[in-house]
Amino acid sequence: VLVLSGKGGVGKSTFSAALAHGLAADEDKQVALLDIDICGPSIPKMMGLEGEQVHQSGSGWSPVYVEENLGVMSVGFLLSSPDDAVIWRGPKKNGLIKQFLRDVDWGELDYLIVDTPPGTSDEHLSVVQYLSATHIDGAVIVTTPQEVSLQDVRKEINFCHKVKLPIIGVVENMSGFVCPKCKNESQIFPPTTGGAEKMCQNLNVSLLGKVPLDPQIGKSCDRGQSFLSEAPESPAALSYRNIIQRIQEYCEQHHFQEEKMI
Amino acid sequence: LPERSNLAGVQHILLVLSGKGGVGKSTISTELALALWHSGKKVGILDVDLCGPSIPRMLRVQDRAVHQCDSGWVPVFVGQDKGISLMSIGFLLERPDDAVVWRGPKKNALIKQFVTDVAWGDLDFLIVDTPPGTSDEHISTVEALRPHKLLGAILVTTPQ
Repeated sequence: VLVLSGKGGVGKSTFSAALAHGLAADEDKQVALLDIDICGPSIPKMMGLEGEQVHQSGSGWSPVYVEENLGVMSVGFLLSSPDDAVIWRGPKKNGLIKQFLRDVDWGELDYLIVDTPPGTSDEHLSVVQYLSATHIDGAVIVTTPQEVSLQDVRKEINFCHKVKLPIIGVVENMSGFVCPKCKNESQIFPPTTGGAEKMCQNLNVSLLGKVPLDPQIGKSCDRGQSFLSEAPESPAALSYRNIIQRIQEYCEQHHFQEEKMI
Repeated sequence: LPERSNLAGVQHILLVLSGKGGVGKSTISTELALALWHSGKKVGILDVDLCGPSIPRMLRVQDRAVHQCDSGWVPVFVGQDKGISLMSIGFLLERPDDAVVWRGPKKNALIKQFVTDVAWGDLDFLIVDTPPGTSDEHISTVEALRPHKLLGAILVTTPQ
């Protein structure tokens, strides 16, 4: 499952981390999270794995394990210091992405989640190209309600069509804020053009769900904790879990159809 | 006779950067341009975010088109006094939802053109808005701007 957005800062990595934790809650499933944001790798910090290094073995690079059934790979693990900038042009980034896909010893996996940087460029083209030999179930596209975000997300949807990448659906993050004291709801990023809902209707794409702004999410990410575990009853966590379930259903249905065809 | 560079009339060049996406680079670039314009300065904005150009919409000129003149491209003028001029790939797209799905080398070529082939005229400030990251766009922009009066970079972040 690829997690995409045209726009930066909408919550791709945050969602990828939640998706990984959510899927790995089933101990019988083997899950991996691959972070191909080479310039701004957020996943190590969000998964509480800052400072970890990658080990090489006979069978390739070993992912860093958060749980027994949840492995992670990111350029963040290859840096000597977290503030080191990776100032690479496209071809060098493509080379590393190829290595990540070819040389990491993932083992048997039920799910591989790929977190991407914003945009529609080298990283995105490369990962779709390199994975074309296997199959990608589809893309989850993340946005916020504002038009400035949707504008970029529509381009991302077109990118998916262009490279024949199925779209599992769209997640609208930062969708409203409920004050913990007075319980009043505010639209911090007002959906001036109808938000993700209208866009999905117009473009005939599934809206997987809306996740409200919850300061606990940002805190959990900064601290490297699983938000789903820290605040399991919060409206945002419930929303995440519903979305994750819909993604699982899509993937299982997809698999079933594939098997039928064989 | 040596051609006068299109940036010769620009007094100061400011880059707006962040490693992170979605922190408000384009917003700040726009507000900074507007503030400078309100204080009587002539301002240009160069939007080098090729995949997610936000500035045209922020200045409500997303439906405008770019024209060519002898010295290159004419930027889009905002406001009655034309106090703000803007160049963005947003103006070159056939449809606003068209994705610019380019690899590095093609992006680098366009950025070079944007830096050298836009007829900015006389400007007090040229603000360069960038996409998130530290990759092709950033390397190419700094390389192309180095011979000129690069004032410096403003870095934008959020608290987290």
